Amino acid sequence: MAAGATYEPIATTTLGSAASTITFSSIPSTYTDLRVVLVARGTATTYPQWILNNDATALYSRTELTGNGTAASSTRGSANSAFYVPNAALPTAANTFDLITADIFSYAGSTFKTVLFTDSTDLNGSGEVAAIVGLYRSTTAISRVDIQAGASTFAAGTTATIYGIKAA
Amino acid sequence: MANTYTLIASNTLTGSQTSVTFSSIPSTYTDLLLRYSARSTGASLVLRFYTNSGTPASTFSYTSLIGNGAAASSSRNSAQSYWLDTNGLPASTYTANTFNNGDLYIPNYAVSATKVASNFSVTETNATTAYIELDANLKGTTETVTQLYIETANGFAVGSSFYLYGIKNS
Repeated sequence: MAAGATYEPIATTTLGSAASTITFSSIPSTYTDLRVVLVARGTATTYPQWILNNDATALYSRTELTGNGTAASSTRGSANSAFYVPNAALPTAANTFDLITADIFSYAGSTFKTVLFTDSTDLNGSGEVAAIVGLYRSTTAISRVDIQAGASTFAAGTTATIYGIKAA
Repeated sequence: MANTYTLIASNTLTGSQTSVTFSSIPSTYTDLLLRYSARSTGASLVLRFYTNSGTPASTFSYTSLIGNGAAASSSRNSAQSYWLDTNGLPASTYTANTFNNGDLYIPNYAVSATKVASNFSVTETNATTAYIELDANLKGTTETVTQLYIETANGFAVGSSFYLYGIKNS
């Protein structure tokens, strides 16, 4: 039997002007996994935060493996009020971007939510690359994802798309 | 709903060759994904990716994070002529039937902006030589990606495969 579409864009946004938050809401529960692709630049030094279900309580933790072009390192954070991804600030110079992907597995299930992030920023002489696993200790299905820029804003030209992936 | 994850082209090698080319890539998608599985015909040599013939040299750069089963390390290369999968493909002397497998993801490839990309590749051989690698890539020019070249000096072994997908965000 031929399956229907199994990798579908749910929503997408391209910022025409600076914005402090990108929100995906009313996410249907009909998929198996979610994938968010964020290509972002900051208007000033800023560290993005990812919040699920508009829940900013201390239910987030992460383990991170990072390469900065010189050395590899690993860090961990627990009892956080968001996923702090990436660990480094967004680039701010014109025509520079950070590529961040987030795979949220079994987002509509009734178990804690595991998220796999990748962070890729190369600035021709600086930057970092990282793989981050996050845990959101809530059994509620994910219906909303907020990506907050942090202290500053996302610059115009930042793009974000959320895809739904079906297992069958 | 229109198909939003589409195979643009593929190439599974029936003979050894040193490069694979995807040309005339349509600009109608949002992102590109190259999924590859490759092995070398000779010594273990690196995999090189570059886009659009005629692209000025020294406009590619990358930051890498690598684990080899013994240690993790990071490196950086700027002003290059290609992106590199830093660790070598399985050589002809490696455990039989093992391949380097990876994804090269290029978002917003048809937008007039510099191109960021991520490469995630793995090689496991049940031996002492194995790698997991994550690369952050940058192409510092703004033209649309219309061609993608993958090459290795010693040649790709028979059975190496390359799949290019287009992903639409709407």
